Amino acid sequence: MPEPSSQAAPLSDTEVLEEFAQREYKEGFVTDVETDSAPPGLNEETIAFISAKKQEPEWLLEWRLKAYRQWLTMEDPTAQKASQRWAMVQYPEIDYQAISYFSAPKKALNSLDEVDPEILETYNKLGIPLQEQMMLAGVAVDAVFDSVSVATTFKDKLAELGIIFCSFTEAVHNHPDLVQKYLGSVVPTNDNYFAALNCAVFTDGSFVYIPPGVRCPMELSTYFRINAANTGQFERTLVVADEGAYVSYLEGCTAPMRDENQLHAAVVELVALGDAQIKYSTIQNWYPGNAEGVGGIYNFVTKRGACRGDRSKISWTQVETGSAITWKYPSCILQGDDSVGEFYSVAVTSGKQQADTGTKMIHLGKNTKSTIISKGISAVEGQNTYRGAVQIMKKATDSRNFTQCDSMLIGDQCGAHTFPYITVRNASSTVEHEASTSKIGEDQIFYCNQRGLSTEDAVSMIVNGFCKEVLAELPMEFAVEATKLLGISLEGSVG
Amino acid sequence: MLKISNLHASVEDTQILKGINLDVAAGEVHAIMGPNGSGKSTLAQVLAGHEAYEVTEGSVSYEDKDLLEMSPEDRAREGLFLAFQYPVEIPGVNTAYFLRTGLNEILKARGQEEMDAIDFLQLIREKLKLVEMDESFLKRSVNEGFSGGEKKRHEVLQMAVLEPRLAVLDETDSGLDIDALKVVAEGVNQLRAPNRSTVIVTHYQRLLDYIVPDYVHVLIHGRIVRSGGKELALKLEEQGYDWIREEVAEQTVGA
Ligand SMILES: Nc1ncnc2c1ncn2[C@@H]1O[C@H](COP(=O)(O)OP(=O)(O)OP(=O)(O)O)[C@@H](O)[C@H]1O
Ligand SMILES: [Mg+2]
Repeated sequence: MPEPSSQAAPLSDTEVLEEFAQREYKEGFVTDVETDSAPPGLNEETIAFISAKKQEPEWLLEWRLKAYRQWLTMEDPTAQKASQRWAMVQYPEIDYQAISYFSAPKKALNSLDEVDPEILETYNKLGIPLQEQMMLAGVAVDAVFDSVSVATTFKDKLAELGIIFCSFTEAVHNHPDLVQKYLGSVVPTNDNYFAALNCAVFTDGSFVYIPPGVRCPMELSTYFRINAANTGQFERTLVVADEGAYVSYLEGCTAPMRDENQLHAAVVELVALGDAQIKYSTIQNWYPGNAEGVGGIYNFVTKRGACRGDRSKISWTQVETGSAITWKYPSCILQGDDSVGEFYSVAVTSGKQQADTGTKMIHLGKNTKSTIISKGISAVEGQNTYRGAVQIMKKATDSRNFTQCDSMLIGDQCGAHTFPYITVRNASSTVEHEASTSKIGEDQIFYCNQRGLSTEDAVSMIVNGFCKEVLAELPMEFAVEATKLLGISLEGSVG
Repeated sequence: MLKISNLHASVEDTQILKGINLDVAAGEVHAIMGPNGSGKSTLAQVLAGHEAYEVTEGSVSYEDKDLLEMSPEDRAREGLFLAFQYPVEIPGVNTAYFLRTGLNEILKARGQEEMDAIDFLQLIREKLKLVEMDESFLKRSVNEGFSGGEKKRHEVLQMAVLEPRLAVLDETDSGLDIDALKVVAEGVNQLRAPNRSTVIVTHYQRLLDYIVPDYVHVLIHGRIVRSGGKELALKLEEQGYDWIREEVAEQTVGA
């Protein structure tokens, strides 16, 4: 007769939750790299310093300054009273003068061999062995460490096809016409407070251009890390798919443990010309803060794609498990006739995390189609809000939207909220909205337990089942990671 | 194998089990019958470790271990299986994956090698035949949209795969057509072995034509008030529970 594997008294769900919540953040560590930082503070000089440091052309400096001046006239949503804020998140006011807006590894690097071993070690700790991943998975990795890209790979292979995949800084130097043509064309400098701030002070990011008719043969991937204390992270990403081009882009991130709240205000712009397709997938796992909610990342991101040409298509897929506060609405502007916008999202909030996420689908072209599948999971004291806008304009005849918003609650101190805003300005279009809220059942967990599964595995399985339609949209390797991540982050919240 | 002594259990402060005594030796099949609401499912759930039920008195030993001290998953890993009266749906979770994960946990606990997807497929195909279920069920979400009878067959399928040493079947025969009834009985009989025991909760003696029990117990108001052989089930079928209730009342008065 085998010994029972454990004779401990069964834990109640609450106890399991608490145990999970007390686990240390698995990706929490800090790498010590000498940084060449700007002193904290924001003014026109800071912006000029960043621009000079990056040897930018005059037009870009002017563009930054324009954005900065617009930003000065805008109202800081973090300074508003909670009751006046439209997003359902709460946080202390941010001191923009306390943030350092530029930090970069010291050396300029040409190849991976020159990468600081400590940076490579950071990736190793994260389980992202760079070279191996590039070779085995066939993924070109543009690794962003702090604000400056330190390694860009597979460029030669991609170059043969005319594909440009490089850091934003390189793009500014080597492909200024493309950058100037598309930068800010989807998200204007004065779009919102954090987008304006990003335009003024962004330090680096990624640039992708796929020439007409080219199908990018591999998934393009970027790993972001936030490092260097007190450095706001202002990434800028621009992806352009020319006529008939296709690209799948992966963005994933984890962050080291921190005491102060860190602001992250990225901007991502996607442009799809006629018959082009862009698939943009994100796994977001930034430090959510400790059990009291202290020290997590503020993730205020503006992501928008323009389906500019006829029959173009943009898909956003995101798995959001990290950050103290997430505020993000990847959107599609369906300008071309017959264009398609998709949004597939899993957002997990546990502990004291707050998320206000969703999408906007703006139908301008005829016969345009959008699909929204949103899965919100709240555990412990997490607050999860879906906020979505579907606007079908007058000229967008015969257009369709399908929205499905499902919320899952784990425990009874968390919350789920749904705010769909729907506008239809013509009679030939249809909008369908389905919503559901379910509680993860004690009985479901018990049923799994009875078949030999631990509560932890049961929760992970039930949640992954709940998110299935979204996970199915992720590229294979990413889906595996996402499945694990959901398990881990629900350990931190049961969820 | 299983020894239940003076077991009292309550749910939300209502006492439901009021002193159950039951010994199940290895190799035996026991049937438990009783009117609706008498506590049969409660007993089954308490044995499996559902935390909604609080044991207030008494003890349960299973293979010489204190069952009540074990977590629900450890009970399962130690060979206790409960076929639920109301199997739970788990949307989005693939049935084959669910079952293989559970099986591997149990194999691990037994110190046996875990099964890969290919070996598992071979095993499950064999067991599917036993319960006459189509392979397409494996691709569906656990119990989601299964008919009542399909859910019951699925419970038997899981039992056949997990090969428990103590199986508790809670009304697995309810809602089944005659053919399905035979299938369920076949599933149970296949598992019959000198080192395995079965406890069957049922309302119908019909099932006991196919699975012949060693003992039949009658549970009323949270107590086992009568035990006997198969003939007790036949008498219950003919005469209902009133005669037992009366006898019990007389005894209580006389005592
Ligand atoms: N979670 C619960 N909350 C409140 N009462 C409960 C709960 N579970 C069981 N009960 C009550 O306990 C009593 C016994 O229920 P149980 O399900 O064990 O009966 P049963 O013998 O299995 O009946 P049936 O033959 O109808 O399946 C019933 O009165 C029932 O209403
Ligand atoms: Mg019952």
